[in-house]
Amino acid sequence: MGMNQPRNRLRRTVRLICLLFVVALLSSFAARAQLTIEIVGGAGTTVPIAIVPFENEANWPLGITGIVGADLERSGLFRLIDAGGIAPRPARAEDVKFGDYRARGADAVVVGSMRPLGDGRVEVRFALLDAVKQTQLAAMTYVVTPPQFRATAHRIADVIYEKLTGDAGVFSTRIAYITRNRARYELVVADADGSNPQAVVASNEPLLSPAWAPDGTRLAYVSLENKKPVVYVQSLATGQRQVLANFRGSNSAPAWAPDGRRLAVTLTKDGGSQLFLINADGTGVQRLLSSPGIDTEASFTPDGKALLFASDRGGTPQIYRLNIATGVVERLTFEGGHNVSPRATPDGKGFVFVRREGGRFMVAIQDYATRQVQVLTQGPLDESPSIAPNSKLIIYAAQQGARGILAGVSTDGRVKQRLVSPAADVREPAWGPLSR
Amino acid sequence: MRKWIIGALVVAALAGCSSTGTQDAAPVEERPPAEGTAPTTGATTSGASTAGVSGTAAGATAGPNAHKDPKSILAKRSVYFDYDQFVIKDEYKATVEAHAKYLQANRGLRIIVQGNTDERGTREYNIALGQKRADAVKKLMMVLGASETQIETVSFGKEKPRVEGHDESSWAENRRGDIVYAGE
Repeated sequence: MGMNQPRNRLRRTVRLICLLFVVALLSSFAARAQLTIEIVGGAGTTVPIAIVPFENEANWPLGITGIVGADLERSGLFRLIDAGGIAPRPARAEDVKFGDYRARGADAVVVGSMRPLGDGRVEVRFALLDAVKQTQLAAMTYVVTPPQFRATAHRIADVIYEKLTGDAGVFSTRIAYITRNRARYELVVADADGSNPQAVVASNEPLLSPAWAPDGTRLAYVSLENKKPVVYVQSLATGQRQVLANFRGSNSAPAWAPDGRRLAVTLTKDGGSQLFLINADGTGVQRLLSSPGIDTEASFTPDGKALLFASDRGGTPQIYRLNIATGVVERLTFEGGHNVSPRATPDGKGFVFVRREGGRFMVAIQDYATRQVQVLTQGPLDESPSIAPNSKLIIYAAQQGARGILAGVSTDGRVKQRLVSPAADVREPAWGPLSR
Repeated sequence: MRKWIIGALVVAALAGCSSTGTQDAAPVEERPPAEGTAPTTGATTSGASTAGVSGTAAGATAGPNAHKDPKSILAKRSVYFDYDQFVIKDEYKATVEAHAKYLQANRGLRIIVQGNTDERGTREYNIALGQKRADAVKKLMMVLGASETQIETVSFGKEKPRVEGHDESSWAENRRGDIVYAGE
């Protein structure tokens, strides 16, 4: 309530220490709550690819090619061709007899090798070959330690994906999401395939709206632990967090500017839910707009010059675009009586949002130029869409029975995935940036 | 905005008429209410027909601890809303008015109004909808005499449902504004 500040601060500090302790405890058994991703609908055409197990790969319990294959297959754009039984097994590009793989229907072949360097490190080499044109498309060498095998596999999958589809691969990215087990909420960060889940915040009060800083080092999120929505920014390296916005009233819906220096937030301190800009350290709060109704759920366009947001200024919730420099606001959605949660796609071509139609909440995508809307999911309670940095996949929260799950859909609507967690209610996914 | 003022005037007028004769019903006791001996200010649990009426007087004349009295109308803390609506229905206006008058009479008191929604809709938009409900309660209280500085409005959106069910009766219970006094 803003009264009794010193006591509140003390209480906050104590709570933070407890929180850090809990986080330390949690990370020890976090692995059992890992998400697994299932494909539930595939693309029309897939690239048939043969991934030959790397030379010496069997010397390590966690190999490389199994993860590469799983990544590619999960994307829905590839079909794995059995590469077994071809002797001698090729390990280098020049060893590949293309006819062997063409005969099995493969358009692409991956070969490689793993060689211990004697100091604990391993040299991982791979080559991607076009079996139709009989040319080499990519070849890379990595020197890594066994704990880095998984990350190396994701990197290799990224290279293959990019060479064969023309779009950046997102297998090396991370996702954040919120889990709920009874009255226990956790903000979890995991690899894009669901592995390595780490709880970075745990609380007995709801957590929501995680948002990645563009450089992937920090997360902004909303916590109700202070009996009201307060926005925090937390470093992933140190676990330290600071209050971004804790003004009178509610503080919510953080969205990072592409430069990572400022965020848009929704504050009610001056009455109503209104959009503000604030520096990433919580200083310099500045009102963006004045509307008689709700303005919230801001999302920066990739050039940082405009904000998409949801507003009921026209009577029903619709999506608008604010030109930050000129202050000009333009309505973007006209079909349907309820369109919210806009997220600008990183390719700058349009935005993903949530539409309510006939009582069902569904994820949809709209193109700026054509104004064409494609509804991508069926509901009934789909929400919180987050777009992969290559603009090709959307992860969102869905309701399955009485349980919250995460699901994925490609922006063309063809590939559908379900992310299954063995234990908790999962919600509020946020796709992290490309790791460079 | 205009709708609010008109609504509030109607409420004020109704309250003014109906509360005649009860203004002096309650002796003002400036002491912390011991269990069972708190000033009842005329509102009794059995007096259903007069409960709403006496509430007005309770708020206007009670001391700064009356909100701790479980028998007072001030023990009523929830205002319920229809789906996608922010209008305070007539049946809850007496409650809001009692708290407003009580705040007016006790300027040192502070409250938080917590807005809530049902589970339908997106999380962040529901935070904004819950806020609108809390703000509606605050606006009516201000028209009825409470001061802006006494009332903070916050929203839990759909994050803290009182009832976890997925049916209309659960949803109705969760579309709510709650009045919480500082220190509670």
